[in-house]
Amino acid sequence: MLRFILRRLIVTVPMVIIVVSLTWGLIRLAPGNFYTSEKAIPAAIKKNLDEKYGLDKPWYVQYGRMLKNILKLDFGTSLKYQGQSVNAILARSLPVSATLGILAYLLALIVGVTAGTLAALKQNSRLDYASMALAMLGISLPNFVLGPILVLIFSLTLFLLPPTRWGGFPSVNLILPVITLSAVYMAYIARLTRSGMLEVLRADYIRTARAKGLSERNVVLRHALRGGLMPVVSYTGPALAFLIAGTVVVERIFVYPGLGTYFLNACLNRDEPLIIGIVAFVSISVLIFNLLVDIAYGFIDPRIRY
Amino acid sequence: MNDERPDKIKEPSPTEPAFDTLGTPPQPPVRSREGDITRPTNELAVGEGDVRTAERGEGAFVAGTSLWRDAWKRLLKNKLAVFGLIVVAVITIVCLIGPPILKKLTGFDYSYIPTDSNLTKSFPPFTAPNGAFSWLHPMGTDNAGRDILARVLLGGQISLMVGIISTIVSLIIGVSYGATAGYLGGKVDDVMMRIVDVLYSLPYIILVVVLLAMFGSKSAISQLVLLFIALGAISWLTMARIVRGQVMSLKNQEFVTAARATGVSTTKIIFRHLVPNTLGPVIVYATLTIPQVMLSEAFLSFLGFGVQAPLASWGSLANDGVRNIAIFPWQLIFPGVTMALALFSLNFLGDGLRDALDPQMRKV
Repeated sequence: MLRFILRRLIVTVPMVIIVVSLTWGLIRLAPGNFYTSEKAIPAAIKKNLDEKYGLDKPWYVQYGRMLKNILKLDFGTSLKYQGQSVNAILARSLPVSATLGILAYLLALIVGVTAGTLAALKQNSRLDYASMALAMLGISLPNFVLGPILVLIFSLTLFLLPPTRWGGFPSVNLILPVITLSAVYMAYIARLTRSGMLEVLRADYIRTARAKGLSERNVVLRHALRGGLMPVVSYTGPALAFLIAGTVVVERIFVYPGLGTYFLNACLNRDEPLIIGIVAFVSISVLIFNLLVDIAYGFIDPRIRY
Repeated sequence: MNDERPDKIKEPSPTEPAFDTLGTPPQPPVRSREGDITRPTNELAVGEGDVRTAERGEGAFVAGTSLWRDAWKRLLKNKLAVFGLIVVAVITIVCLIGPPILKKLTGFDYSYIPTDSNLTKSFPPFTAPNGAFSWLHPMGTDNAGRDILARVLLGGQISLMVGIISTIVSLIIGVSYGATAGYLGGKVDDVMMRIVDVLYSLPYIILVVVLLAMFGSKSAISQLVLLFIALGAISWLTMARIVRGQVMSLKNQEFVTAARATGVSTTKIIFRHLVPNTLGPVIVYATLTIPQVMLSEAFLSFLGFGVQAPLASWGSLANDGVRNIAIFPWQLIFPGVTMALALFSLNFLGDGLRDALDPQMRKV
């Protein structure tokens, strides 16, 4: 197991390099560069700009310099947010996105697993149909439709909750964005839990557990849930990647100064250091997260060996 | 235990009949859906009696029907799935034949902007410019005075197209990739799944933005094709992971050892013995992939990188509507509700297919 973890950690470095190189290549393959969106520039100024940002050097020199900085975890200075280092922007915006993402995922996990388990235990009951219909609705409503509708109801009609803006960690401002962000994951997790549980509840080892006289509670919580949650565990990795995309939308609706907002602006502005910084950061997080999921897999299901 | 044995004698493995028909994993859900539409009357006549009285599975074994006939019967038992099937069929048909009919009846198509400047603004549903009741625009008009109904129908065509094309691509790639990686294991698995990780870590929005920047958004059509490519290339990853996970826990079971012992080739073991057994999760996930792809498309449209005007998808229409939610709520509500209804029904249909097709569910 330890060797497996170590091997995976070592593989992470070249993988981040590959991802960053791909991003860099894609940005550079696109015609023009970050200042061509602005008005025409005299040749002399263009030459100076090229010199300042190293654009006059051959591509492999620029590429090498970029890689060296990434390996030192120094992502450089943003082109549009003058004088701010990418690291400072990351440090400032990450807590916002992380708060949103973690709260949304926790909410989704608690509600989703509970609803999914109950639905599986009482298959074909009213509760089953109701929770699955609700889960369907959660999956079917895009978060950028759900968000504005929630705002319309709770902020603009009932005047209960603030419509937008980041207000720090424990704050009522978080309620609507967290619900908006978590709805889809809640629904997915409920469905995955239900189908996983349905499969497991028919397994022989559950029959054995029942046969030896364990209480229903014990059978469900200690035996069935462990196997039934496997699909949910394998969904955790992708969920993180999609949570990141979800935060882009939610942050835009609720005007949150998070990673997603900066990323979107960076893409629209072709702010190369910021794009690459965020991509590198997100890649590292996702890789480490997937590793954790794989480790958890081995612990939960001993049939799987590495 | 006892009541299971006779079944097993009559039919050695509940998955056995699946092997011939399910040799090519990506097709079953699609094929069955088409099949459902083309032979309903025939099947109804056969199934009607069983639908009400027969116990799950039991009637099927006695009748000795094929897997698909059997599945179709069970599908009909599931009211929500039938509801989903009908709504999906209705929406698809209306989206396909609606626009020409609408054009004939009212003269509006998705890109028609009135020349009279008094009409180029957003009117509520069923309202004429003077405020009186009118059948002219049942869903109202958008900011440019375009008929929202016509745009929702066009949006439906494009959204469904994106969903279906990308899901088929994701099924083909994801199932073969995941099953191969899971079965072979070891170094091959490691390398293959690392590649998936790399693709996962790519925030694909960059890919789309850069793709659009590279090839230019010269026309709405070229933008659409780029969207297909981008969404098709990203949506198979989760499928591959899920299939791999299933195959990993299946491959140490006896039936695989038996197959190997009788000299079945690796390819055959993967696609004939392992893949059919992963079909339950695959179908469940495929049904989740269609709405997911449609949502991804909507997400990109919301951020301005998706379908471009004058073309429209449900996503881009909802996006236009979100901007005016407080003043012209119908601009969001009609496309949003249509999209949600379509996805909702697709999901229920898929769920019903799962219950109907999953061989292991028969024992229940």
